[in-house]
Amino acid sequence: MAASLKILVVVPCFNEEEAIAGVVADINRVKTQHRLHIDVLTVNDCSTDNTLAVLRTLDCLHLDLPVNLGIGGAMQSGYKFAYRNGYDVAVQMDGDGQHPADELPKILQPLFENQADVVIGSRFLEKSGFQSSAMRRVGINYFRWLNQALIGQTIYDSTSGFRAFNRKTLAVVNRYYPDEYPEPEAIVQFGLNNLRMREVPVEMRDRQGGVSSINTSRAVYYMLKVTLGTLFVYLRMRGQRARLTA
Amino acid sequence: MESLPITIQIVSLLGAGLFMLYIFRLIVKGRLREEYSIVWILCTVILIVFSVWRDGLTKISLFLGVFYPPSLIFLAAIFAIIIFLVHLSVVNSKLQNQIKNLAQEVAYLKQQTPQHQPPASASLPIQEPVLTAS
Repeated sequence: MAASLKILVVVPCFNEEEAIAGVVADINRVKTQHRLHIDVLTVNDCSTDNTLAVLRTLDCLHLDLPVNLGIGGAMQSGYKFAYRNGYDVAVQMDGDGQHPADELPKILQPLFENQADVVIGSRFLEKSGFQSSAMRRVGINYFRWLNQALIGQTIYDSTSGFRAFNRKTLAVVNRYYPDEYPEPEAIVQFGLNNLRMREVPVEMRDRQGGVSSINTSRAVYYMLKVTLGTLFVYLRMRGQRARLTA
Repeated sequence: MESLPITIQIVSLLGAGLFMLYIFRLIVKGRLREEYSIVWILCTVILIVFSVWRDGLTKISLFLGVFYPPSLIFLAAIFAIIIFLVHLSVVNSKLQNQIKNLAQEVAYLKQQTPQHQPPASASLPIQEPVLTAS
């Protein structure tokens, strides 16, 4: 039953010409190895390097966004694509090689067994692999606290971009998905939509190429933006729920 | 309290008139949409009214209990500017949302063109996606 689910692995790329070929090849290797029904969809978010030319030579579907939408908009393009084309599951994997394709089966398992609607690959459940910098972990702890306070669910790695959604979740993100730095905000959105979230331990690597979208000077803006976004998503969803039940 | 001297009255009338003409020109040339021009036309009308009705500002200030009439102008102007800026931010957010949706649709359409399919040498995906209306 599990193998019959149609899976779309969405890989957002912004200037990932060095790493992207390896990422796609890894996914395709895991696909044949585990006989999974996977299509790979790369989303080129207006890269300024040769990413698009590289994508054209790869064994994958690709979307080429005409304007830069940021990670949230690029991911939503992939999720909408999955939703419209009848995929049962969509997985997000970064284009820089941080998320090893070998962990895909672990991420997919809870969806196959219908034990969760959202599966998040977490670095922190088992302390192995790349653990991210100290400053960043402070931020991640803060988001964990924020999510816990708002939706009462504890997600240890709320900034992890290694995630899998089932069709119920795809219907939600098809309607709305945060634009900028979407990961922590989306968790609150999922919690308020009563989606079952599950974290599974995965090992992550340091990036294989490219640069992080978040540097030190942007960190403060990141915290502020995500906090605001999270609070407003919470208020908006609460309002919608109140109207529905009224 | 003295009313405004005649020179400043003429200058403000001229200024308001020219501004109004400029707004009309922008609309005629299609560079300003009518819905955004309403607020500017209103502002100009108010300016013209007070240029002609010289004691108006003083009278209204006295009525409202404002001791220094020009401060009433600043208060009203700043208030109007803030409201209009918020309005522009709302318009901007709406546009950004629309652009995002359009960009995504363009990407889906481009994806269906032949040069966006995976190369023939590579093994094809298991099933060609079929777009369904949503």
